[in-house]
Amino acid sequence: MGLEEKLPSGFMLSTVEGLAGYMRKGSLWPATFGLACCAIEMMATGAGRYDLARFGMEVFRASPRQADLMIVAGRVSQKMAPVLRQIYDQMPNPKWVIAMGVCASSGGMFNNYAIVQGVDHVVPVDIYLPGCPPRPEMLMDAIIKLHAEIQAMPLGVDREKAARAAEQAALKALPTIEMKGLLA
Amino acid sequence: MSSDEKDKGTGPLAGVAGFGVTFATMFRKANTEQYPEEKNPTALRFHGRHQLNRHPDGLEKCIGCELCAWACPADAIYVEGADNTEEERFSPGERYGKVYQINYLRCILCGLCIEACPTRALTMTNEYELADTSRQALIYTKDQLLAGLTDGMVPAPHPMQPGTNEKDYYKGQVTRASDEQLAEYEQRAADEGEPEAVR
Repeated sequence: MGLEEKLPSGFMLSTVEGLAGYMRKGSLWPATFGLACCAIEMMATGAGRYDLARFGMEVFRASPRQADLMIVAGRVSQKMAPVLRQIYDQMPNPKWVIAMGVCASSGGMFNNYAIVQGVDHVVPVDIYLPGCPPRPEMLMDAIIKLHAEIQAMPLGVDREKAARAAEQAALKALPTIEMKGLLA
Repeated sequence: MSSDEKDKGTGPLAGVAGFGVTFATMFRKANTEQYPEEKNPTALRFHGRHQLNRHPDGLEKCIGCELCAWACPADAIYVEGADNTEEERFSPGERYGKVYQINYLRCILCGLCIEACPTRALTMTNEYELADTSRQALIYTKDQLLAGLTDGMVPAPHPMQPGTNEKDYYKGQVTRASDEQLAEYEQRAADEGEPEAVR
């Protein structure tokens, strides 16, 4: 991305990592992406009673180019999936995704041909949030958990190392179709 | 001067009358909830995470009938029942839930499973902080759902209380683990070298 990517590993980088994480988590700007009933709870979370401004993220940006967090609030239909992906692609890096509600996370009770069975088929998801719809406290809990993720995000050399480790783990992972017996 | 002109809607101050509302709001108490610091309790009947209950002596209430799984509109529950044996008894009666999984990424917390449960083994708690980073972590297994042991309980598997059958359990005539059950549990714990004492 920028200068921080070129820093050498070690004490210097870990300090910058911490600082960058602190700055990033304190100024998340969500993109407006309400698709269904979860959007109502998302709006309630942004409004006065729950007040996302306490986390520095009260402005839901109408343009994806000004946003770095996509809260997918609601069921994603097959027809909406390419739109969702395009909005995600238009967001500048670094960016994060919260799958809000069961429909966005896994399809929920809509196990049918019209609904994408989880937005992680389309975009990488950082936090899955169950609930139908989740109450505002649940969304804030997800956001706080995402803050912790962002705070611990590696940069530069560490980032490459983490990406390589994730790739190795993904290559070693058993394909879902070959999984036998019980999950979890 | 007509009565209309006395109204705030007209007159010279009409343009700035709205600021009065803004000004007065400064002296009103904010109704913002300070969520992560102060957690307000939910309504008592809020549908949160599930819980698998126990009888007062520690045997599980779930009989593995799968009625909750059949009632679930989202197919979020997976149950596998198995037979209780004399050596290994998890619930009073014939069968118990050997595998119990709830997929919280499907569950819509509607509570139909609670209505379907014939033994009141499955109930819901008020816990709602469920968000997680992976799909797999949100499939809750039996050990995560099972209620903790309270006073007078010993963990299953253990035999039913001597001289009782499952009907006595459902009538509420078993109120806590008997001395035999406690002794048997302590014997078993000693055999397996587990130092934890449950009382």
